[in-house]
Amino acid sequence: MKRMLQLLALLVVLATAITWLVTGANRGWTKTSRPVKTLDEVTGIEGITYQPAFLPGVDFLGASLLAAGLLAGSSLFFRTPRQQPLTKSQFPNQ
Amino acid sequence: MKPSIIPLLTLTLATAAYAAPESFDFKDPKGVNNIVFSLDAPLESVNGSASGVTGTVLFDPENPAATTGKIVVASESLIVPNPMQKEHLHSANWLDVAKYPEITFEVKSFADTKTEGSVTSANVTGSFSLHGVTKEITVPVKLTYLKDKLASRVPNLKGDLLVLRANFNINREDFNIQKGQYEDKVSPTINLTLSIAGAAVQ
Repeated sequence: MKRMLQLLALLVVLATAITWLVTGANRGWTKTSRPVKTLDEVTGIEGITYQPAFLPGVDFLGASLLAAGLLAGSSLFFRTPRQQPLTKSQFPNQ
Repeated sequence: MKPSIIPLLTLTLATAAYAAPESFDFKDPKGVNNIVFSLDAPLESVNGSASGVTGTVLFDPENPAATTGKIVVASESLIVPNPMQKEHLHSANWLDVAKYPEITFEVKSFADTKTEGSVTSANVTGSFSLHGVTKEITVPVKLTYLKDKLASRVPNLKGDLLVLRANFNINREDFNIQKGQYEDKVSPTINLTLSIAGAAVQ
């Protein structure tokens, strides 16, 4: 269980970092839409429309790292299973 | 004598009709009209736009200084890409869009009017209403008159276009928006950039 929680925490950190980098390493707040500019050739006005897009920001990074920290921290409540010393009967025949 | 009066009357009426200002409707069927707003904040500046622009402007190309009109922006149409910021912006603590559904600017007078070709620039004084507070402000405005250009934008419609551009700052505290609050988090100065076009159908 201990090992599983630690692996899960590592997985959360990696997944978060990869998602953040792939989506453009946004150093602002998380956005759920992206402004798209279109030029009206007659008037010269740049129209703005918003398209749905998930752009994770530093709040997303912080929340994910906190979650990973909690997972890793909770692993400390579990003991590492100790290897039992071999009994005499378990020794291979000499 | 009588026959000579008729052409004179026709000429007078034609001149009067030519001199009459055109009424430009700023409800844009193509949806490109927009007002961009931005304000500084510690992590990143808050940038958004408003698209719900309506209003009418009476513009006379022969006398641009006599321009009158009113531009209305639906408060609900203000958008920022962060959903939580948008929720806060629309809430009763900030713009209170439910109580104050419109942001308006009504032209009172033109000053320092200069026209070069189809472009007129002027300092326009008018009543700016936001968050239930109305203040008189003066903003630099550029008007571009595009004669007979409506058809190239909206097929089957003949008429003229008027493009209005302006860039100016307002102070949110002047309009009782979180007065004296959150100054370290959200700048009191809001920059507004208008790029809107109106059509006068013939």
